[in-house]
Amino acid sequence: MIATTAEKKQGRLRAALDHASGDKRFKILEAHMKKFQYRQDALIEILHKAQELFGFLEDDLLLFVSYKLKLPPSRVYGVATFYHFFSLKPQGQHTCVVCLGTACYVKGADKILAAIEGHSKIKPGETTPDNRVSLLTARCIGACGIAPAVVYDGAVTPRQTATAAVGQIQKWEAA
Amino acid sequence: MAAKTLTINGLQISAEEGATILQAADEANVKIPTLCHLDGVYDVGACRLCLVEVAGVPKLLPACTTKVVEGMEVKTDTERLRKYRRMTLELLLAERNHVCAVCVANGHCELQAFAWSLGIDHVRYDYCFPKWSVDNTHRLFGMDHNRCILCTRCVRVCWHIEGAGTKNVSGRGGHARIISDLNQPWGEADSCTSCGKCVQACPTGALFHKGSTVAEMERDRSKLEFIVTAREKKQWIASD
Amino acid sequence: MILNDLIEIKNAELAGRKKITLRCCMAAGCLSCGAKGVKQQLDKAVADAGLQDQVEVRGVGCMKLCCEGPLVQADPQNSLYIKVTPENAPSIVAAIQGGQTSVAQTDPDAAFFKRQLFIVLANSGVVDPERIESYIAADGYQALHEVLNEMAPKNVVESMVQSGLRGRGGAGFPTGLKWGTVAKSPGAKKYVICNADEGDPGAFMDRSVLESDPHSVLEGMAIAAYAVGADQGFIYVRAEYPLAISRLQLAIKQAKQMGLLGAGIFESPFSFNVDLRIGAGAFVCGEETALMASVEGKRGTPRPRPPFPAESGLWGSPTLINNVETFANVPPIMRRGPEWFAGIGTEKSKGTKVFALAGKIKNTGLIEVPMGTPLSVIVQDMGGGAPDGGQIKAVQTGGPSGGCIPAEHLDTPVDYESLGKLGSIMGSGGMIVMDDQTNMVEIARFFMEFCMDESCGKCIPCRTGTVQMHHLLDKIIQRQATPADMARLEELCDMVKSTSLCGLGQTAPNPTLSTLRFFRHEYEQLLRPDLSGPPPNGASETRSASAAS
Repeated sequence: MIATTAEKKQGRLRAALDHASGDKRFKILEAHMKKFQYRQDALIEILHKAQELFGFLEDDLLLFVSYKLKLPPSRVYGVATFYHFFSLKPQGQHTCVVCLGTACYVKGADKILAAIEGHSKIKPGETTPDNRVSLLTARCIGACGIAPAVVYDGAVTPRQTATAAVGQIQKWEAA
Repeated sequence: MAAKTLTINGLQISAEEGATILQAADEANVKIPTLCHLDGVYDVGACRLCLVEVAGVPKLLPACTTKVVEGMEVKTDTERLRKYRRMTLELLLAERNHVCAVCVANGHCELQAFAWSLGIDHVRYDYCFPKWSVDNTHRLFGMDHNRCILCTRCVRVCWHIEGAGTKNVSGRGGHARIISDLNQPWGEADSCTSCGKCVQACPTGALFHKGSTVAEMERDRSKLEFIVTAREKKQWIASD
Repeated sequence: MILNDLIEIKNAELAGRKKITLRCCMAAGCLSCGAKGVKQQLDKAVADAGLQDQVEVRGVGCMKLCCEGPLVQADPQNSLYIKVTPENAPSIVAAIQGGQTSVAQTDPDAAFFKRQLFIVLANSGVVDPERIESYIAADGYQALHEVLNEMAPKNVVESMVQSGLRGRGGAGFPTGLKWGTVAKSPGAKKYVICNADEGDPGAFMDRSVLESDPHSVLEGMAIAAYAVGADQGFIYVRAEYPLAISRLQLAIKQAKQMGLLGAGIFESPFSFNVDLRIGAGAFVCGEETALMASVEGKRGTPRPRPPFPAESGLWGSPTLINNVETFANVPPIMRRGPEWFAGIGTEKSKGTKVFALAGKIKNTGLIEVPMGTPLSVIVQDMGGGAPDGGQIKAVQTGGPSGGCIPAEHLDTPVDYESLGKLGSIMGSGGMIVMDDQTNMVEIARFFMEFCMDESCGKCIPCRTGTVQMHHLLDKIIQRQATPADMARLEELCDMVKSTSLCGLGQTAPNPTLSTLRFFRHEYEQLLRPDLSGPPPNGASETRSASAAS
């Protein structure tokens, strides 16, 4: 029984490394680690880069990072799940981030969010079944002077309304 | 080594320089409740049960991480502290699903013991009734997240004494959870050496030996003490 | 690089200035309203009119009146154009030649601007944040030169003590005292960290400073490093601020190329490197011990203090942590002297404070005012009051750690002590105005939800207490709560405040406590009328106590 477990264990890491060898993005990621001299304290910077390259942090990727930085996998997983910026699930084609900072909130961000939820039938953190739109919320993007703000595919858009936000989502759906 | 004199609950005692209030109190046979402290591993000051009042300091201080100071006047058992401790325990009992009657650690549980000692016969907060799973994939041990209080003793013994780093915490806030490796079933965690130190360290019934049934899960802390003493003092003292 | 080189760069930059400047705000707020296109079209319009020799179109940092962006200021005409579109460009270029324009303008001498006093924001909206020469032309890096060449580290610390500067991150700890502690702590390796993890919702001062004047922060950090004996610095900036990150990266690169960072600065033995650390979305990392854990690549959970970072911080070394605005105050203090700085503000709160004014108010944007300025001056005179004829009900300061100050206390001067007396805090500078449409219990729940979601989960009172307090606030809003629930809520507020490990938990009850204090009737109106009566927890308390004895 112990032998089979050992085989299974080795298999997992080998599979992850095999996966890595066939994908150019892992090479770019490793070059980034080299820039940080594989320092363990650079874990968060490495995870940022990994997410930038892959869109989200899948298990093989986390295992690869832990192997290269010589960190326990549990530590890598613990860090990846502590910070909201990291996503362990794939995102949709488009992302819509509703800022829920105080300024946006008192100016009706909650109504914008409710309208999007109602229209797309998804909750924050979820992606539509057709994989088109991911809905996220932010704890303040610092754009309080132009509240309420919504970030569509990375573009901060000022003074949003429920209608405008749903309109943008419909545009994505139609595309 | 220089000694410091201080008073705890009016009792004059002396303690080694560098000792914590918890250690000093323990030597003087003053018991301060704690759920996250474990002899032999580093302290995190997380459970807040060991908070004490120190004269001249407006804030409450954790006994486990506060070092003794000459002339310190410490109070460990005031009405205010008792009230906060009761609330802390009530909050814990409402957080996950602690059902003593069907728990392997019934009668051997530190959470239960403190709750009894403070006379908690009911919880004034609404129970959260979260849905947590049980991980029974390990050959020897099981983990029931419903009974976990996130004291992180298991994480610390695994890291600090065993050195394997199998256990860690994932997520944060109320969603925080003890994981093995990459959030795998424990039985599939490569790094686990099956040493069982985490099971010995757990204050509740969250970690248990497989096969133990209600009230059967007794822990043997002497094993941990043995290793810690061997490591720190180079003394191998066989327990009787 | 020596002083003469610095002066040469400054003179060359000033000599290259043209007769007319069009300053385009290129900070995040205006950029999101289309400022990039505005600048491009202004460049084109100037070229089309053949005015390249006379007109400089300069991209600058925040011009403060964010609600009217994109903003363009023409000098020396002193015209401030608002809500500028790319199509407006030819008309503006015509106007600076003496023509007429229909582009909307606002009075640059209005109270919103005139009541401000710029120290931290002096360069914001003036210098080009992407060109170090522009900062040098505004006397940048001269303070660093003077410090390195003419002052001993202990004299620098002494100057900071004399200035009376207090930490701008919120708690208001005396900066000079902190520097002195780090300087005295033994250790071969020391660190300086700039806390740019501006997490309070409703606060964007630090973002604006980093986007508008990144070199002032770098210069402040270098002076601090010299004073405490550090050679490595980190700026921990949140990932939500991509523009601030890219401008900082550029600024660090430029400063290194010029020898203003790196080894042997100004040909002295002093070396100082700065690296960026990008946060990843965790409010608790604004707490200094959590921030250090994050810089070390770990989960951002706080640890008990002592030991304080000044004695044992990053990797166990003495570490100085100050906030962005604190560092940005340092070069002006060194340039103009601590006495000058100490002459501004109130007895215990010196200098100015930058606030991000937002919410239900006419003029939203960035303001810098002397400490002691009454809240009413800020929200009424400068902010223009509530829009659309509404009534101001409360002003929220300090974000999720602060409180709501009701309208009847608007005569309160903003300084650390006065705000503290009202159960709020100075905080990092977010100031959210609420009008009579705002439900204060919902505001309390909003902040509690924030703290609940951002709790790291390490200590029990914060992790579980915020959940229960949020649940109780929710129950009140759903009209399902009894007076006993109110009592439970207040008891929990006290307990979480007194027993939590770090500042997040210790201050999480503040918004609830302050709304309970000033707007209690709003809570009581929501209680279930059918279940009033004495709170039952009094009885249970007695039972528990007797069982324990």
